[in-house]
Amino acid sequence: MASVSLETATTPATRRRRAWWRPRASHFFLLPYAVFLLAFGVGPALYAVLISFAKFQDGTPQFFAAGLDNFGYALHDFRFAGAFAHVGTFLVLSVPLGVAGCVVLALLLHARTGWFATTMRTVYFLPGAVAGPALVLLAIFLIDPRISPFSPILHALGLRDNVQVVQTSHLPLLFTLIGFFGGAGGWIAIFYGALKGIAPELLEAATVDGATAWQSALYIKLPLISRFVTFMAILTFAANIQIFTEPTLIGAALSYASTVSPTWSPNQLGYTFAFTYGQFGAAAVVSLAMIAIGMGAAFLIIYGTKFYQTDVAE
Amino acid sequence: MRTITNTTPSATRPAWLARLGQRQRTQDLGPISLIVRFVALLGAGIFFGLPLLWLVLAPSKTDSQFLFANPLSFGSFARLGEAWANLLHYDNGVILKWTLNSVFYVVAAIIIQLAVTIPAGYTLATSRFAGRSLTLTLTLVTMVLPAAAVVLPNFLELNLFHLIDTPWAVILPAAFYPFGVYIAFIYYSVTLPKDLLAAGRLDGANEWQLFWNIGLPLARPLLGILTFLSFTANWNNFFGPYVFLQSDTNFNLPVGLYTLMSSTAALHPEFASELPIHRAELALTGVIMVLPVALVFLFAQRAISSGIITGSTRE
Repeated sequence: MASVSLETATTPATRRRRAWWRPRASHFFLLPYAVFLLAFGVGPALYAVLISFAKFQDGTPQFFAAGLDNFGYALHDFRFAGAFAHVGTFLVLSVPLGVAGCVVLALLLHARTGWFATTMRTVYFLPGAVAGPALVLLAIFLIDPRISPFSPILHALGLRDNVQVVQTSHLPLLFTLIGFFGGAGGWIAIFYGALKGIAPELLEAATVDGATAWQSALYIKLPLISRFVTFMAILTFAANIQIFTEPTLIGAALSYASTVSPTWSPNQLGYTFAFTYGQFGAAAVVSLAMIAIGMGAAFLIIYGTKFYQTDVAE
Repeated sequence: MRTITNTTPSATRPAWLARLGQRQRTQDLGPISLIVRFVALLGAGIFFGLPLLWLVLAPSKTDSQFLFANPLSFGSFARLGEAWANLLHYDNGVILKWTLNSVFYVVAAIIIQLAVTIPAGYTLATSRFAGRSLTLTLTLVTMVLPAAAVVLPNFLELNLFHLIDTPWAVILPAAFYPFGVYIAFIYYSVTLPKDLLAAGRLDGANEWQLFWNIGLPLARPLLGILTFLSFTANWNNFFGPYVFLQSDTNFNLPVGLYTLMSSTAALHPEFASELPIHRAELALTGVIMVLPVALVFLFAQRAISSGIITGSTRE
């Protein structure tokens, strides 16, 4: 407002120059990011659409030559339904168990402050450093009843060697445990941070009114962090449906057990379409399904939870 | 130090005991609740902690110690040295190449990402221009979309530009980090006073000078959080590099570990291999991968729990 009166101090020529420069300066600062956004954010999705209608001859795509053939090829492949069924079972287990586990642990940690809670929080958080193949390697060791530090538990469950552990029916639970081991600590830390943001007066008032610790956890703390819980549920769903590393590595490392199909998950199936059969069009169809689900989750988070804001700059 | 200056009336009671008694409780728990809480948290502590402890000890053991000794025993330093030597010997020290590749890919991605992300976040927060809200919406969508969803289309795209099996195939997709742009956008929206930029403009500074002299110096805390997030996301990246890289001298550590796991006898009893790559050598590779991130994590945990990430999104 004050700037209006002061603006008259600048010459019209400067103002004109600035008027030319300002919007262009913004675009100039944005340009490198815009290139990346196009190339690796929007581009791959659009290219997948293009490829899904393309026919490949000697590795070069002939766009729109395939019609709906690629969709037919992918959908009628005998492994297509299986891959989505596997990943569906995995999601039904991993999302509720993961979210519930993180919420319960964060609330229990927050129920009382002290060295024990602080130490445990760090212990839960550290496995996040173990990711990708290192995480799967550790898992392969831990599920081997002959060498695992958890062997008493595995023996009690009647499991004598790792081939028994990686039975097809066990895989969803196994991948759930692996994901929880590596991923829970980060979410617990985030929930804990949110719990610390609750006004102490509110919790004191509840205590004065006779609420027990369990009641205030359930009726005060949980509703106040529910946005974060929803956020985790959606992000976990979107990330877990993409599972690739765990089944690929366990399958390759324990190939003699041959219980993990190389097309266990949709992303593995897409990989097989592309690199075993050279069916890039069918691979693009699987990718499109994955992208569509991921985008659905993205819109749910952005417009459903109001978690991210783009209008803070006013 | 504090015990010396502490002048509590109960001189007979050690200061730490007094502090323990005074510890602030959020809520009083009954004895049963206390025990349930303690058992549950400790049980979870064993679930999360025991594997890490086991992994750190594993490289010191012989294969028979893996099978017959206490899982939480330490083997010997000699065996640890031998595992290291065997690993170095594998394929003419390719593990060193993988480590260097990992460092190079991660550092290059971080540098490019910072150079791209900070000006973009700055300009999205400080000016209005055509395409701003479209950019923000696309940023939000791509930020929530898991990276794995676009690996295969990325492969086809990189193939179009003949970048497959080059370091750029790993670096460029990793340098695209919409979450970083979002964090920079929020950060500048909150910390950079609009009046400061307006005053700078009145003094005749152009937009570049404003960014260089006001925006960039403010970005120091951003550098830390963006580097941390990018490092942890990319150090263990497997799916992308596994698809984009073909020659083993281009592999990063995760793809290298995959190679060791699937092509040596360490996990394959049926492989008749002379290679001295056993469980301990694999575990040592795992430790090499995990250690840098674990160290960064120890420092970062406090920041995350204090609400840096949640704070940036709180209403």
